[in-house]
Amino acid sequence: MDEIIRDLIPTKTGFSEGVLIAGAQNDSVVVLGSDITTSVGLNLFANKYPEKFISLGIAEQNAVGIAAGLALTGKIPVFATYAVFSALRTTDQIRISVCYNNLHVIIGGAHAGISVGPDGATHQALEDIAVMRSLPNMTVLSPCDATQARILTIKAIMECRGPVYIRFGREAVPDFTDENLKNSIGKAQVLQDGRQASIIATGHMVWMALKAARILKLEGIDVRVINMHTIKPIDIECIVSAARETGYLLSVEEHQIYGGLGSAIAEVVVKHYPVPMDMIGMNDCFGESGKPEELLEKYGLTANAIVTRLKNLIHSFPR
Amino acid sequence: MNKINNIESLTETSYRIRMSVLKSLVKAGSGHLGGSLGLADIFTALYFNELNHKPEEPNWEERDRLILSIGHVAPVLYATLAHSGYFNIDELYTLRKLNSRLQGHPGRDKNLPGIETSSGSLGQGLSIAVGMAISAKLDRKAFRVFAILGDGELQEGQIWEAAMSAAHHQLNNLIAIVDRNGLQIDGKTSDVMEIEPLSKKWQAFGWTALECNGHNFTEILNAFETAKSSTDRPVVMIAHTVMGKGIFSIENNHLWHGRVPTINEIADFQCQLDETLKIEIMKHHN
Ligand SMILES: [Mg+2]
Repeated sequence: MDEIIRDLIPTKTGFSEGVLIAGAQNDSVVVLGSDITTSVGLNLFANKYPEKFISLGIAEQNAVGIAAGLALTGKIPVFATYAVFSALRTTDQIRISVCYNNLHVIIGGAHAGISVGPDGATHQALEDIAVMRSLPNMTVLSPCDATQARILTIKAIMECRGPVYIRFGREAVPDFTDENLKNSIGKAQVLQDGRQASIIATGHMVWMALKAARILKLEGIDVRVINMHTIKPIDIECIVSAARETGYLLSVEEHQIYGGLGSAIAEVVVKHYPVPMDMIGMNDCFGESGKPEELLEKYGLTANAIVTRLKNLIHSFPR
Repeated sequence: MNKINNIESLTETSYRIRMSVLKSLVKAGSGHLGGSLGLADIFTALYFNELNHKPEEPNWEERDRLILSIGHVAPVLYATLAHSGYFNIDELYTLRKLNSRLQGHPGRDKNLPGIETSSGSLGQGLSIAVGMAISAKLDRKAFRVFAILGDGELQEGQIWEAAMSAAHHQLNNLIAIVDRNGLQIDGKTSDVMEIEPLSKKWQAFGWTALECNGHNFTEILNAFETAKSSTDRPVVMIAHTVMGKGIFSIENNHLWHGRVPTINEIADFQCQLDETLKIEIMKHHN
């Protein structure tokens, strides 16, 4: 994998292409602008379909309500801004206007995770998965690269019927998934098989998990790598198989360990097939300014950190 | 739906709706009586005269939409819908009961005919109405969108985000109606958080502001007529109402925002409603 040179593309690019493709296929797609249209990649749609781009300014709560009104009258609204605003500032509006009404509204959360970098803690969404996945009717997606972001965005618009939250990051990251790989909402992808432990990652951390798996392989540890691109509905079968067949689970996410992917996996494991597990993520703290790679290093979200934590997990619970 | 144009018939209808509101709340044992009674005339004017709708075909695409932003006055919406023929009047007595389609605050998931949206968290309804009005413009449809707002609710910031966006998008197909009863749970709006000067605020946000006595059908219908002539601006109707209107012993008393009568009070309240109706009809004849 590392041997092949990968294109570095931000996941938002995949999202923005996906919205454009779905917009060309379905006339009902409309896009809501919350001022940072270019920053979240929706300028592509706005330029191509100016009459279906609705500018709403810096007023996210209103935008969510307007999305609900549009959906109630047959439109498929796409609303995206930084995840701290699209998911967290607007939680009550999403809960009542969108989820309680069970409306097909696409909510994009850009700049998720600590790798947002120099903007610092205010702009690093680290709680959005926890909040969004707790809402009834909501589907939560967290694609690992631009290709997957494009595919899942199209599926969210064309196939889903209720509300969907899609999370993506700011940094250009390796665009490594094959578009012919099966992408189904609610079905995790086993990117690499293994028997001694499983790393279940989401978003940008999937690439890190693959890197960690390569290092572990050199050390004689054979791990399964799972891309959990759908946080809700979570793929119970895939998690239970990983628990049963590999015996150890390690979750990795750019998100608080409380309520995120790790929690979602633990909920499944505890109920269906308890095995030793550890969770890598933000440990109940805010981020800070810095270069993305410096922050990932400081907060233990690197391939090396994953390697260390996985070995510790296996040693702490000998078979 | 056949329109009622006769003021006397509208008045009688509004008192039948008030009686249903009272009975359904007594049966429910909890809920919001004051605001529901205060809006009975506005709701009657809307559903029996102004709105373009078909109770027998609640999902008719061309219908005017009514968004109740203040979900807590659901009893007056339910009673009006039932009296308009959306569902059987007897169902009103399931209000707030387990498995009822008549939730304490409207829940769209219960599929009660005539309910356009769930609501109850204040401040959200105007945004939903703006979204529907934008949709109508995009599709070049003629339907209009009405949003019922509370005066205390105007303290929510989202209302003003929505107001700004409605003017920006020139939504002359949107009419907001403010239930200006001057009261909220803690007391007078002027004591809790002043919202005046109200007309000027809306005008400054780019709206056409109208005022009317929310218990005078002639004034209400005239305001609706004026609203139709707006070419590029959304219209707000500030309807001056009396919380508890029709039962004079509780009128203008904020303690009745979220109270229902006890068994001992019911007969008296029903008499008061009958008496007020007679006075209103007499007023009309003089
Ligand atoms: Mg009030």
